[in-house]
Amino acid sequence: MYRYDEFDHRFVRERTTQFRDQVTRRLSGELTEDEFKPLRLMNGVYLQLHAYMLRVAVPYGTLSAPQMRQLAMIAERYDRGYGHFTTRQNIQYNWPALKDLPDVLDHLAEVEMHAIQTSGNCIRNVTTDQWAGVAADEIADPRPICELLRQWSSLHPEFSFLPRKFKIAVTGAPQDRAAVAVHDIGLHMHRNADGEAGWEVLAGGGQGRTPMIAVTVRDWLPERELLPYLEAVMRVYNLHGRRDNKYKARIKILIHELGAEEFRRQVEEEFARAGTPEVEVEQRELARIAAYFAPPAYEDLQDVSTEFELAKNGNRDFANWAKINVAEHKAPGYAIVNISLKPVDGIPGDATTEEMNLVADLSERYSANEIRITHRQNLVLPYVRKRDLFAVWSALNDAGLAIANLGHLGDIIACPGMDYCALATARSIPIAQDISRKFADLKRQYDVGPLTINISGCINACGHHHVAHIGILGVDKKGKEFYQITLGGASDENASIGKILGPGFSGEEVPDAIEKIIETYIAIRGESETFLQTYRRVGADPFKEALYATA
Amino acid sequence: MRLLKNGEFASDDWTVLSEDDVLPLNGDVIVCFDRLMRDYAQLKAHDGRIAVSFPNDCAVEDLDDYLDILDKVVLTFPVFTDGRAYSQARQLRQQFAFEGEIQASGNVLPDQLAFMRQCGFDVFLVNGRFDAEQWQKAATSMTLTYQNGYLPERGFAPADVWKRREVKSNDQLRSDFEEVWTA
Repeated sequence: MYRYDEFDHRFVRERTTQFRDQVTRRLSGELTEDEFKPLRLMNGVYLQLHAYMLRVAVPYGTLSAPQMRQLAMIAERYDRGYGHFTTRQNIQYNWPALKDLPDVLDHLAEVEMHAIQTSGNCIRNVTTDQWAGVAADEIADPRPICELLRQWSSLHPEFSFLPRKFKIAVTGAPQDRAAVAVHDIGLHMHRNADGEAGWEVLAGGGQGRTPMIAVTVRDWLPERELLPYLEAVMRVYNLHGRRDNKYKARIKILIHELGAEEFRRQVEEEFARAGTPEVEVEQRELARIAAYFAPPAYEDLQDVSTEFELAKNGNRDFANWAKINVAEHKAPGYAIVNISLKPVDGIPGDATTEEMNLVADLSERYSANEIRITHRQNLVLPYVRKRDLFAVWSALNDAGLAIANLGHLGDIIACPGMDYCALATARSIPIAQDISRKFADLKRQYDVGPLTINISGCINACGHHHVAHIGILGVDKKGKEFYQITLGGASDENASIGKILGPGFSGEEVPDAIEKIIETYIAIRGESETFLQTYRRVGADPFKEALYATA
Repeated sequence: MRLLKNGEFASDDWTVLSEDDVLPLNGDVIVCFDRLMRDYAQLKAHDGRIAVSFPNDCAVEDLDDYLDILDKVVLTFPVFTDGRAYSQARQLRQQFAFEGEIQASGNVLPDQLAFMRQCGFDVFLVNGRFDAEQWQKAATSMTLTYQNGYLPERGFAPADVWKRREVKSNDQLRSDFEEVWTA
């Protein structure tokens, strides 16, 4: 894992000191709220419905055990004993006091963390594949380039007052688990004809009120040219992105209005005009960073573990969990453990202080001190020996965290919605809870197969409903909460935007509507055909008929 | 309004000419872009320095033909959240090798001063709300920067982290740092 050196430490400390001063100046009235707002936002501080909210960056979703313990401590001391992991691999605290925030930032700095640029019209925390470095299908670990991007985008002098927020996602594997096609910039690693690994640069993807799939700006870019090229993309956006209407200010609108061809031309022209980039410094820095991401010293293991096989035979719950929540690792004898934060009736992505501490302990004992946060609001232990899986499962199971629903119906994404968020127009959490209760039976979930349900409490789509197989969007209709259902979205390498099925439903009607959709799928699916495959084959009609025919 | 330059307030001797004001016999003048294009030959012969006030929705490359007579380019921040002029300044310095002054005008506040300096601004037209000490504090509140090649040549310059890392041992870095920090 990356470790701060003196410079990184000093950088974050200076920033915290600067923010402490800004808070003081705001409290004394020297700064107006209008002037303070963008400054606090660039430090991750929002004003929500009931309190300030602090969003802490988890760079590319990687945490160490001590960092997780510090997050647990902050939840205990400055919040109400829990935190909320988000779809951007970050953690949010919902109840801190403004006066305490500089202290919280100091505590974060102690463990090499910060909240810089988790908000504001700047480059946000870079996200990536939660299985980076361990996925069996990976070309290369994308985290060194993510760390380089974290540093490069931190207080970027040119790109801190963009037309709108800017999100970058990176994946180093052919299977896209980082949703790069629905980000402002997506970077997807490929090999060229000579076998050299480089980056496909995508731009203009996004969700929100105008969901769009990104266009490819460059098929393949050598890694050494990546930062200068990104600067060209950013500069075209900074100069020409719309600033007259905040709903049309994202880069996707610029690309849509210019057309992909013209946007590409402008980027290439800007890139060419900047001249031959001097990238030696960056390349050496990248090499320095990469050394931190060397894999742990793997034991020389047989891929098949007798202990593991025996334990599966002896315990059906463990066997199910191992089948559903454990993924293939690139090192023989190792496995990737996915911890679902989606218990029946739970709040998706929430973790208590005790849960965070338990996961920190387990990572220390079984997973080389490392934890990942996923954009589906779950946690990952990336380096578990297969022979230790039963011990890990037992500890999780005792704490109610061995929920064997990963990638299935119960593994619901939900934004905080109107229970917390000032932007929300409807609640998300109770809808997720209702659905999780209705489909609590895991056997049923396994019969339905791989399925994503994502819920957003407003059109801003933080709950990623556009890219869910079944998406649920909460809207306000004459003071009443209504929920629109979309089908057919996906955020992987074959990304698509879901289509609205028809008129919305009240909150109470949603679980039954989902039930009808599921029944319809089961009735018409082909052999071993997933929900998404079925939808793509037959279209919306059978589902519409099931939901609306009798109405 | 006052000019802030090299961390100190300086007198503003520039005369802003509107489109139709008569060009004085001598003295430093600021003209708009249209007038620069129209009166280029006359301005070239002028006895005094020439500056252009350049809007933030125009392309810097359109200035290229006129840069030879310009001592200063005035770029504008209509509101401080409108960051287009950062890119314009960067382009002027990096792509058009402009070596005259780049002045920030409009909604210029201490909290953005460091960013402006790094992008190539070196003169700032500011109101009297903040004293020199506040400006200085803002300019030096961050002593480090990660971005390669975004350092101003003159005045206060934060340390470029990547460059320092590659040439020095950790001990050297540490002592270096204290130097930067206490400077």
